[in-house]
Amino acid sequence: MLINILNSISLYAIPVLLLGIPLYGFIKKVKVYEVFVGGAKEGFNTAIRIIPYLVAMLAAIGIFRASGAMDYVVKVFSPITNLIGMPAEILPMGIMRSLSGGGAEGMMVELFNTHGPDSLIGRMASISMGSTETTMYCIAVYYGVAKITKVRHTLSVGLIVDAISLIAAAIITNIVF
Amino acid sequence: MINGIWLGFIVIGVIVSIFTGNVQAVTDAAISFADTAVEIAIGLIGIMTLWLGIMAIAEKAGLIRGLAKALSPIMKRLFPDVPEDHPAMGAMIMNIAANILGLGNAATPFGLKAMEELNTLNEHKGVATDAMAMFLAINTSSVTLLPATVIGLRAAAGSTNATEVIGPIILATTISTVSAIILAKLFSKMKRYQIEKIIDETDVDVKEG
Repeated sequence: MLINILNSISLYAIPVLLLGIPLYGFIKKVKVYEVFVGGAKEGFNTAIRIIPYLVAMLAAIGIFRASGAMDYVVKVFSPITNLIGMPAEILPMGIMRSLSGGGAEGMMVELFNTHGPDSLIGRMASISMGSTETTMYCIAVYYGVAKITKVRHTLSVGLIVDAISLIAAAIITNIVF
Repeated sequence: MINGIWLGFIVIGVIVSIFTGNVQAVTDAAISFADTAVEIAIGLIGIMTLWLGIMAIAEKAGLIRGLAKALSPIMKRLFPDVPEDHPAMGAMIMNIAANILGLGNAATPFGLKAMEELNTLNEHKGVATDAMAMFLAINTSSVTLLPATVIGLRAAAGSTNATEVIGPIILATTISTVSAIILAKLFSKMKRYQIEKIIDETDVDVKEG
């Protein structure tokens, strides 16, 4: 029941906005076409402006990923994860999640294929994946558009919260399933 | 910190690759990820343009002002430095709403617009403001009601109950969003993250922003 409602929301939300906003504007006597084009003009520049920030971040992440350094990172953290009931298989995906959304998704699918999506590992992977965002990517894209290079506490907060999400996902999975 | 992490990725990556024999893979990854970055940005153009156009109509029609007003008790507490009627408020609300509904594609354009608007309030260009850091903290931990990608991938992998993870995900993501808000508030007051201190340390390159 709840799932059906949520599914309908995600199916209809965009068409409703695409129809509702111009229609409401028209009723309010907004020159909808002209205003749309005027606002849309910014789209190109905004997208182009983030390129240097995105290249810097993704290239560095790509180098780190391809080098095989992840195995060493996992080794360093494994005593902690054992403590909170997180299988060692989850950790590389959890760390990857902060760096690259696509990379983490690929690792989740691998975990599904190896252990099954309905195993404890499969469920924990789903829950930690669903409750986090790609911190490094967001910082590159969002701060790129404002040309922010001094991020102050953003990175510390983002990474600590990633760790909290991962721990919460592990604990919740162990309790619920 | 971001300088250290960025350099760390490259230095550690290259050194480790020499020991693991992945040197060629590192070269390939650096080039192909740079390509991917440009593809992502170019891919954003269409969707950015569409949603910024729609948002311009919503703004002109007074929709966003209304929404911002309704949510101002919450927004004022989260972003005390942003004036209540500032365009950034509306864009941030649209972004957070789109994230909650799992409309990732629509969320990014609103988020970028919000960041540009927040930057108009920024007195030290190039340095993140408290509001920007709070907005990013909420964004990177964003509450999701419908984690569509995860459910889709679970179903594709043959799960007998692909949607059973929704409840736990909502719980976990709520915990992370609440901790993000608390941490962003606390950290913004810490000495080492004060704007004045950061400007003193770097001086020249901040001003050109």
